[in-house]
Parts: sequence; structure tokens; C-alpha cells
Amino acid sequence: MSTTRQLLNSVEVARFVAHGFLRLDGIVPREMNEEAFGVFAAGLPSVPYGTPVPKAFPEGSFARRLVELPAVAGALESLVGPDPTVDHHFVHTREPREGSAQPLHADAVIDLRTDAFDVQLMYYPQEVTAEMGGTLIVPGSHLRRTNESDTGRYQNLRGQTRLTCPAGTVVLLHHGIWHGGRRNDSDTVRHMYKIRFNPTVPQVRLWDTADLDAPAVRKELERGFPWYEQATGRLEILNRIRLWRALSGDPAFDIEYWATRIANRPAAPRSQA
Amino acid sequence: MSTSTTTVRQQVLVLYLDTSALDSRVVGWARYDGTGTTRPTTGDSDEPPYGTGVAALEDGWRLFQAAQLVPPYPGTEHETSFLKHEFFFEKLVSGG
Repeated sequence: MSTTRQLLNSVEVARFVAHGFLRLDGIVPREMNEEAFGVFAAGLPSVPYGTPVPKAFPEGSFARRLVELPAVAGALESLVGPDPTVDHHFVHTREPREGSAQPLHADAVIDLRTDAFDVQLMYYPQEVTAEMGGTLIVPGSHLRRTNESDTGRYQNLRGQTRLTCPAGTVVLLHHGIWHGGRRNDSDTVRHMYKIRFNPTVPQVRLWDTADLDAPAVRKELERGFPWYEQATGRLEILNRIRLWRALSGDPAFDIEYWATRIANRPAAPRSQA
Repeated sequence: MSTSTTTVRQQVLVLYLDTSALDSRVVGWARYDGTGTTRPTTGDSDEPPYGTGVAALEDGWRLFQAAQLVPPYPGTEHETSFLKHEFFFEKLVSGG
């Protein structure tokens, strides 16, 4: 096991806050990708909700080696911190020539947390081509308060990403992201292994913060997406400001003065110091 | 029971627009086909069929429902959820 810590930097975490996901293309070694099919075929032992990673995935197990790959471990630590627990893992399989796609959805029940989030890992052991479908992800959808598959009516949104990727790709997602397994029009079975991680520490400055004040951080956080409506798009940025204030521990962080301006209450009585 | 050869079936197009105006930009779309000849599904296209709602009218789609403008519940003005500007269109197609 490598002892090198590959933490994300502030720009990368800000990109995660804006997009709601992070792609790590082809970072799993070929031998592990080849091994994965046998592991999946044999079946994965169930993990009780809230199990610490070392207990959920014993030393040497496939899942343990996957989450300890330096790029994966560093990104996970940057987002959910050290010692997360696992509440769910599952291998999703899409059979060849499946007639329909999953409806667009967010996982689990509606999640109202504004100062914490779970991260879901999706691992693709094989190359995913456009014909194989892959996972549909809607960038910037994770802060919307919708419940599970109530978004199923939306078939397509401008700027959606239809995942195609090299073998060994890992995607880390905010728990609220809108996504769905796309129709598999190929003759190849498609596998995706998902693990959900829960933080056990406050998610504050867990990454390499050397570039915390870099202008690129703000650039990432003010990014718009083509499917955002004009008015609601501004609210998305306001909600990102709030999340970034929580993650960075900076209660004065702002973009375009939006959050500061609407909190200005000069007529409100001042507290007696 | 005899079936009329003039049975009309509905094709439905749903467009999600940038603002509440019908001539604003399409940001999302979905199609449902009552003729059963096509099976549109989630994530099957990256480009919308029309650039605006009016462009769909110009192509013969008939608007039959538009989202109402509903103010947010007090205290939830900053929360984001479903797409707001939803417009349902139909085409009536002769079928067997």
C-alpha cells in the first residue's frame, strides 16, 4: 500500500462543489480491472449500515485495495475525511440490449443536510463505450431538493454527461446528484460497482488548502450549467456559497456580494455585547 | 369490437424552458410516443429537438399545458428543486 497522500487541492474541491462529481479516468490498474469480474461474479459480502471501512473491507480484499489506491484514498479523504463509514455497496449490472434506461434519480431519501454530504464511488472495470450506455450524470444538480426518482420525467437536459470512459475509471459523486444507468445497446454486459461513504468528522478543510484563496476557486464556484434556468441558476450559486462557507470555515466567503447583500439587516436590533 | 381505421394517437413532447416565456431557450426535453413506433428514454440525446418553445409550435406541435407561476413557500425562496418552466405539447397522429 502506498503511503503517498494525494489530497485534492482547493480548486478541485470547488469543482466538486460546483459539478457534484469528480472523474478519475483509468486510475485503477489493469490487473485489478481484470480481477474485478471474478470478484463481482462471486458476489460481495453484505456490509451492515455504518461500518468503518477497515471492518467493511478486510485488509487485502478487492474493495479495500480499490479505496486505498492513492488517487482514490486522497480524493475520499479530501471530501469525507479520514475514517468514513460505509452504508451501502452494490454491483450494478446492465444486460446487453436492455430496452430502457433508469429514470433520472438521486439515491436514497431526500437529504436535507447543508453542512455535510456523503460521497458515492462508482467504479467501472471495463471500457464503457457510447453504445454500452454508461451512467448519465447531470452536472450541478446535487443541491436541488428532489426525492429519488421524482425527476424521472426529465429524459434529457442540456449539458448532461453520458459517461464513456477507459477501463479502471472511478467517479466520486455528491449524494444528491441526479444520475441514471443508461440503456445498454451493445452486446456486452456492463458493470459498475458502487460504494457509499458517510463522513465521521466535520467536512471542513480536509483537503490541501494551500490554494484556498486562488482566484480559480471562485471561478469554479460561479460556474453555470447549460440546463440551469436563468433565475434558478443564481440560486444554485447562492447555495454553493453556503456550502463553500461550511467547507472552508469562512463565514464571509461570497461571490458577487450576493449572500452578504441579502443578509444585510441594518434595522435589526444589535445584540448587547 | 371493431377498431376505427381513423384512430388518432398522441405524441407528447415536453420542453423545459429557460424562463416562463414560451419563446425562451430549451434547457431540457422529453418525448413520449403514443404510436408505439419509438421508445425515447433517459439520456438518449444531447441536443434538444427545438431551440425554443415557439420553434416547436412552428413545427406543428400544439401546446396543451404550461407550468403555472407559483411563488415559493415562505422560507424556501432560495431552495432549488424541480425545473419550473415546463411546457407540454402534442401532435395527433393517425394510427391503425
